[in-house]
Amino acid sequence: MSLKRDQMVNNFALSLFWIAAGITVAALFTIIIYVVVRGIGVITPTFVFTWPHGVNAEGGIFPTIISSIYVTGLAMLIATPIAVLAAVYLAEYAKQGIAVKIIRFAADSLASVPSIVMGLFGFAFFIEAFGLPLSMLSAALALSLLMLPIIMRTTEEAIRGVARYIRWGSYGMGATKWQTVSRVVIPAAMPRIITGLILAMGRAIGETAVVFYTMGQAINLPAIPTDSGRAMPIHLYLLAVEGINMPAAYGTAFLLMALIFIFNLIARLIARRYKKLQE
Amino acid sequence: MVVLSGDVEKLGPTSYSEPLVENPADATFYVRHLNFWYGDFNALTDVSLDVRKHAITAFIGPSGCGKSTFLRCLNRMNDLIAGTKVEGTLLFDQADIYGSGVDPVDLRRRVGMIFQQPNPFPQSIYDNVAYGPRLQGIRNKNELDAIVEKSLDKANLWKEVKGILNKNGLALSGGQQQRLCIARVLAVQPEVILMDEPCSAIDPTSVQKIEDLMHEIKDQVTIIIVTHNMQQAARVSDYTSFFLQEIAGEPAILVESGPTSEIFTNPIDQRTEDYITGRFG
Repeated sequence: MSLKRDQMVNNFALSLFWIAAGITVAALFTIIIYVVVRGIGVITPTFVFTWPHGVNAEGGIFPTIISSIYVTGLAMLIATPIAVLAAVYLAEYAKQGIAVKIIRFAADSLASVPSIVMGLFGFAFFIEAFGLPLSMLSAALALSLLMLPIIMRTTEEAIRGVARYIRWGSYGMGATKWQTVSRVVIPAAMPRIITGLILAMGRAIGETAVVFYTMGQAINLPAIPTDSGRAMPIHLYLLAVEGINMPAAYGTAFLLMALIFIFNLIARLIARRYKKLQE
Repeated sequence: MVVLSGDVEKLGPTSYSEPLVENPADATFYVRHLNFWYGDFNALTDVSLDVRKHAITAFIGPSGCGKSTFLRCLNRMNDLIAGTKVEGTLLFDQADIYGSGVDPVDLRRRVGMIFQQPNPFPQSIYDNVAYGPRLQGIRNKNELDAIVEKSLDKANLWKEVKGILNKNGLALSGGQQQRLCIARVLAVQPEVILMDEPCSAIDPTSVQKIEDLMHEIKDQVTIIIVTHNMQQAARVSDYTSFFLQEIAGEPAILVESGPTSEIFTNPIDQRTEDYITGRFG
């Protein structure tokens, strides 16, 4: 009797889990399939490699792809050294106490600041206060604020994840702290650090609100950092909000997703290669 | 209990089957009245001991008896643990280990260490062994090649890895990894190697190879080995020191110290006899 009841409860719980998991997977695939189906038709070499014309709704989206990659790369260059050094300091050098807890809490809070607020701040700070133009540089600075906590926290976790025994091996041979950190700990943590960097890149390249305030929306092929441009998410937004060329909007969305997918794939491959090395 | 010959000063609770040296120059490590704390906990009390040059000394005793703690005092690895404190005299080659002018980094170059858990760096076998020499600024490829081969050979590992030097050290078996770690330490030509239960996590073949290599290198390197395995202590060591924490929460002491043959065949202290005959621990 009660055995049968237990089994029913068990089956019920199991089906709940299945449904929950199913909804998650279905949501992901619905979005992907929707965008792919509506977007893939417009993906041609012309779309990818030429300039827009008309009211910027026809033709290709080449400058926006370059603008997006440019600004993301620049933001990486700004955020990575600061975030990695801060993480090394937090994980290896800082005395673990109240100050470190505050820094960590600040980083986590920074990571959860809404991006529209970050954009507004970037505009007020870099453009109004510092007088920078609407440009790759301003947008990269604002984006790096967004990436900083992500990179810092993943790097810190990666460094902490390196076994104590491995550090001791280095110290036990008469290595200094810096030698141990730079030659053993960071290389050992590198695959996970790179994974964090790539995830932060994925986050930055899809960011809309921040670049909207700080990069402008002129169609332009950026050469120097003070050049302005239009990032892919902005282009997508403008196409869609004005309803002028929905297929091109979906095409842009498709390419954007493909870029982010490639970043995530690379992150996965590196993580897996690292795991293989460990075995 | 046999009372010591009267010419040795009264040294704590320990029995010695061979008198301690008078002159610090006669011992590689000269330890007198050492006390050690983890925070408020007095882990070791009144340890006095000599470690003889170019011999193998074994530290034995049940878990938690402070033998590893004591070992880590000898190259100041305990410095890496927050809240530890040392008192007493601890001389290495007649110099105060905890003296104000002593750089622990420099000390550890001369007093290398092998750990219970094999801990190769996640790098190639070659880079693992070349790590120490590179720290010392050796860049010449031929010179590094020679050091790597010689060190791996001394560690009884060369034959197994000579064709795969570029493979990751973590790809080796546990016993091979431990020998790789020994090669890594040998590459910096330390005067002393401290081994903290080096064989407790590895296969019997590698244990045999490690015991062999200990004998082969002991005329160049002073070795101290912490071991749970009394047969191993009896097989490999020239001197043995027996540590014991009798009551949990109380400090551990050095019960007895002397030549291994004496400790194992003719122990002075009843507790030593009980331990080596397997009555506890």
